[in-house]
Amino acid sequence: MATAGARALVVVGASHAGAQVAASARAAGHAGPIRLIGEEPCLPYQRPPLSKGFLLGKVDAATLPIRAAAFYREEAIDLLPGTRVAAIDRSARTVTTAAGQRIGYDRLVLAVGARPRLPPVPGIALDGVLALRSLADAERLRERLPSVGAAVVIGGGFIGLEVAAALTALGKRVTVLEAQDRLLARAAAAPLAVHVAAVHRARGVDVRLRTTAARIDGADGRTRAVVCDDGSVLPADLVVVGIGVVPETALAAAAGLACTDGVEVDRFASTADPAVLAVGDCCRHPNAYAGRSLRLESVQHAVDQAKAAGATAAGRPTPYEAVPWFWSDQFDMKLQMVGLCAGWTHHVVRGDPATGRFSIFYFRDGRLLAIDSINRAAEHVAGRRLLAAGRSPSADEVADESFDLAAAARA
Amino acid sequence: MPRIIFFQPDGQRREVEAPVGSSVMLAAVQNNVRGIDADCGGCCSCATCHCYVDAAFLERLPAPEDMELEMLGGTAAERRPNSRLGCQIAMTAELDGLVVRLPDRQV
Repeated sequence: MATAGARALVVVGASHAGAQVAASARAAGHAGPIRLIGEEPCLPYQRPPLSKGFLLGKVDAATLPIRAAAFYREEAIDLLPGTRVAAIDRSARTVTTAAGQRIGYDRLVLAVGARPRLPPVPGIALDGVLALRSLADAERLRERLPSVGAAVVIGGGFIGLEVAAALTALGKRVTVLEAQDRLLARAAAAPLAVHVAAVHRARGVDVRLRTTAARIDGADGRTRAVVCDDGSVLPADLVVVGIGVVPETALAAAAGLACTDGVEVDRFASTADPAVLAVGDCCRHPNAYAGRSLRLESVQHAVDQAKAAGATAAGRPTPYEAVPWFWSDQFDMKLQMVGLCAGWTHHVVRGDPATGRFSIFYFRDGRLLAIDSINRAAEHVAGRRLLAAGRSPSADEVADESFDLAAAARA
Repeated sequence: MPRIIFFQPDGQRREVEAPVGSSVMLAAVQNNVRGIDADCGGCCSCATCHCYVDAAFLERLPAPEDMELEMLGGTAAERRPNSRLGCQIAMTAELDGLVVRLPDRQV
């Protein structure tokens, strides 16, 4: 029998979650080989700047890697870029790459992420219709910008709104189409969405709610206009699609692992097969904070769950219990969200929205669930501590600006 | 090119070059200096590039903006008067030899 030290860890997917699993497994004492397999041809990199600073030209690709190549060498993490895994054989404990290479594992971690969902409308395959997930997507988008006068963003979620803000700042005419009756319908609560919509409109973004793209018209294979379901026609040299993602479950499902909108895992990120874990965007997990099973798409989730999974993979079972938090930068708004607001019944605004600096506190049955802060980082930071400690100031307390949130968080 | 002298949490001294305009956080990540996480990639959203700037250099740095000061309230290690976020310190020629100590934890 092999010693624990010789056990081989294979991580499929080399983005935020995959890179962190590999690093955390090593840090937790995993002594055997670690292989980190990624489809993209580069070092694992930061995705959040792609829809913000990268489009604005403030961030270049050379600054995106999460860790330098030397990190993986020093940690004896064998990075296999440009490599797609085509199949998992759980009985033989091997993965097979698209090129036919078989790689054995004792522990396998799936960190395969998600892919952008595309609306099934005519013209979606035209040149000039782009989704934004990878560095290659962002480079294609950035290269195209000089020839873009008008752009249509399909989907009023975080990615779509970040792109809308960046394109507007670059002087493009931007329309955002959102099928729901408000922005951020999947990811945030209405009080925040109302403010965000007002800021976008004030900056010149044409935000159209309850509106979808019926088709995209082109000429010579290139995008020319988006025709909406209400018949309106929006000229568009560029169409950016941001209507959510589909978790990559095909590999896991083909290997007989349970998948329901994500690879199903327990609080240790383990699937029903204890040799296989899954982390990040691709997995559905019992979230300790929410008290139910869900899937999260965020850097915090990817990194924190990967830290727990890395320790678990190294033989130190560690549950994932972090409080979820997110951020988004749009125009001069730094949005920072902590907790999960699903099921909220009551909200309190702290500060004056007219100043552009305020927080929204969401409660259910008197219990604080989540805080959205707009240019109020101190309250976000205090909120992270409050929620992690399970503390809940009252609605009256948080509404009173003289109430010291930071002190309550330290108490 | 200006240099930064990092002291890692393990005490090891690491001297690296950092292009003007680049951040202290980026210099650490790109040179595999240990002790900075930089989970948010440098947009002042996570407070995991917390560092202690040597007193001799503190006055040469532009004062932190409000957002940085507020995020410093969320550092994992003790916040001190010389605490800064590495992603918010842009290198200049005048900062050549900047001495930065990294805390024992970022989360």
